[in-house]
Amino acid sequence: MVERGNAGRQMSHVILVLAVLVLAFPIYVVFVGSTLTLREVVQAPMPLLPGSQFVENYLTALTDGALEGGGGVPAWRLLMNSTIMALGIAIGKITISIISAYAIVFFRFPFRMTAFWLIFVTLMLPVEVRIVPTFGIVSALGMLNSYQGLIVPLIASATATFFFRQFFLTIPNELLEAARVDGAGPVRFFFDILLPLSKTNIAALFVILFIFGWNQFLWPLMVTTDPDFNTIIIAINAMLSAGDDQVEWQLVMATTMMAMILPIAVVILMQRWFVKGLIEHEK
Amino acid sequence: MERRVYFRHKALPYFLLAPQLAVTLIFFIWPSIQALWQSTQIEDAFGLSTEFVGLENFALIIADPLYASSVLRTIFFSFAVAALGLSVALYLAAKADRVIRGRLFYRTLLMWPYAVAPAIAGVLFLFLFNPTFGVIGVLLNRTFGIDWNYLLQGDQAMLLVILASAWKQISYNFLFFLAGMQAIPRSLVEAASIDGAGPKRRFWTVIFPLLMPITFFLLVINIIFAFFETFGVIEILTKGGPAGATNILVYKVFNDGFIGLDFGSSAAQSVILMGIVIALTVVQFRYIERRVTY
Repeated sequence: MVERGNAGRQMSHVILVLAVLVLAFPIYVVFVGSTLTLREVVQAPMPLLPGSQFVENYLTALTDGALEGGGGVPAWRLLMNSTIMALGIAIGKITISIISAYAIVFFRFPFRMTAFWLIFVTLMLPVEVRIVPTFGIVSALGMLNSYQGLIVPLIASATATFFFRQFFLTIPNELLEAARVDGAGPVRFFFDILLPLSKTNIAALFVILFIFGWNQFLWPLMVTTDPDFNTIIIAINAMLSAGDDQVEWQLVMATTMMAMILPIAVVILMQRWFVKGLIEHEK
Repeated sequence: MERRVYFRHKALPYFLLAPQLAVTLIFFIWPSIQALWQSTQIEDAFGLSTEFVGLENFALIIADPLYASSVLRTIFFSFAVAALGLSVALYLAAKADRVIRGRLFYRTLLMWPYAVAPAIAGVLFLFLFNPTFGVIGVLLNRTFGIDWNYLLQGDQAMLLVILASAWKQISYNFLFFLAGMQAIPRSLVEAASIDGAGPKRRFWTVIFPLLMPITFFLLVINIIFAFFETFGVIEILTKGGPAGATNILVYKVFNDGFIGLDFGSSAAQSVILMGIVIALTVVQFRYIERRVTY
């Protein structure tokens, strides 16, 4: 045991608990706001204890939408759009990255390094720096206001490919030799040996990419002009721009809570894989 | 690094690479080339014809005082977000590393802001700091007598977007610092302890130096985050205002291109940003290579 006294450790507990509370405070306030009436929210200062409107506000936001008098796109539709986009991006990125890493590590063929560098370059071209021309291409392909438009342009991934490449490089040569001696071809080897071995890596990557997809902002903001295809985050942005007297703050707060619940639940419930994936994926 | 054994198959690897390469070429490489091309063009006022002007767009940007002030704001903003996010996270990780019971519990309760989108972080801080009904905004105005209105005052707007961005980034940094501290052999810390070093001394002479590689890595990641991913925070809270006080480079590219429809200038700004990302990525990768060979 390193520590002699207990005082320092108890102080650490106090500080950590304080930090947890401070970090959670913004969410607590929004939660309280989502259970109040509009009048209670805009009276200054807003109450800091939950009100009576919890069920009513969430039901209105879910089934009618959060604009004045319950207009706008209902939150269930927005949540569905966000879920489709996040799942599509996570599954798409994992699929195309794992097969390209497989090609790069387990095959020798002309232009192998060229392919590797082409994938690497995507790391240097985030969507934010090529906004206008990328929008032009998606528009020319007729992919505006569609799930394909939300998902496909984002599924190339250098980091996911490197992540699988690093892992594949640790697979012993003997394993591959044994599989070949037993007559397994590349497809068989991939499905029967490599994929089962990659399970935890896939789970780890899934958490990170799901969050990445769910939290996209600039991309869905550009490619969805039809509110029916908005993700929940884009819809909240639109609600806030509706003009001060029209904003039903308590419903916007309920929608904000719903926009956070799923990604937070994914991170907390899958935290073992998440932390592993985060630390290994990023370096 | 390379394998000795591999499959012999002529066509299969190309099929496996095809989807990734197709997406890369269509949605990454091609638009980037277009951005390069557009950055050398000027469109007339009606958008009817374009003219090749070489580097004139770049010359205009460099001479533009608005661009220069946006560069300075971006640098200030990024370093402020990185400094705040890193120092708080390092402090908390050091505390979490010292406690024996409940380390996982604290980790769980400190890591969830990672899952919150930058734009949603902006919404949370909007509700808190709104000058007319935000809990803290009202408190500042009434109780402390500060003239708090981030929609009118540039300094306050900058402070708010820094706070919201750093709040979101603390949990990410915390996880890396904590993992780094857990990887330090206990025997090193115990040896320092036997030599009479107290907790503070141990932190600064043993733990912190060993965390330098992680700190440097996180610094680069945080700067990239502040440069590019804070777009949502800015759009929700300030839309670059008031009077351009929070108009960082990424927001300006979007604003000039999509709202202002000045495609030539927006493209030239994109090209400059690409240069910045490439530089940051190279720094990051060179450092990783070094760490692997050490």
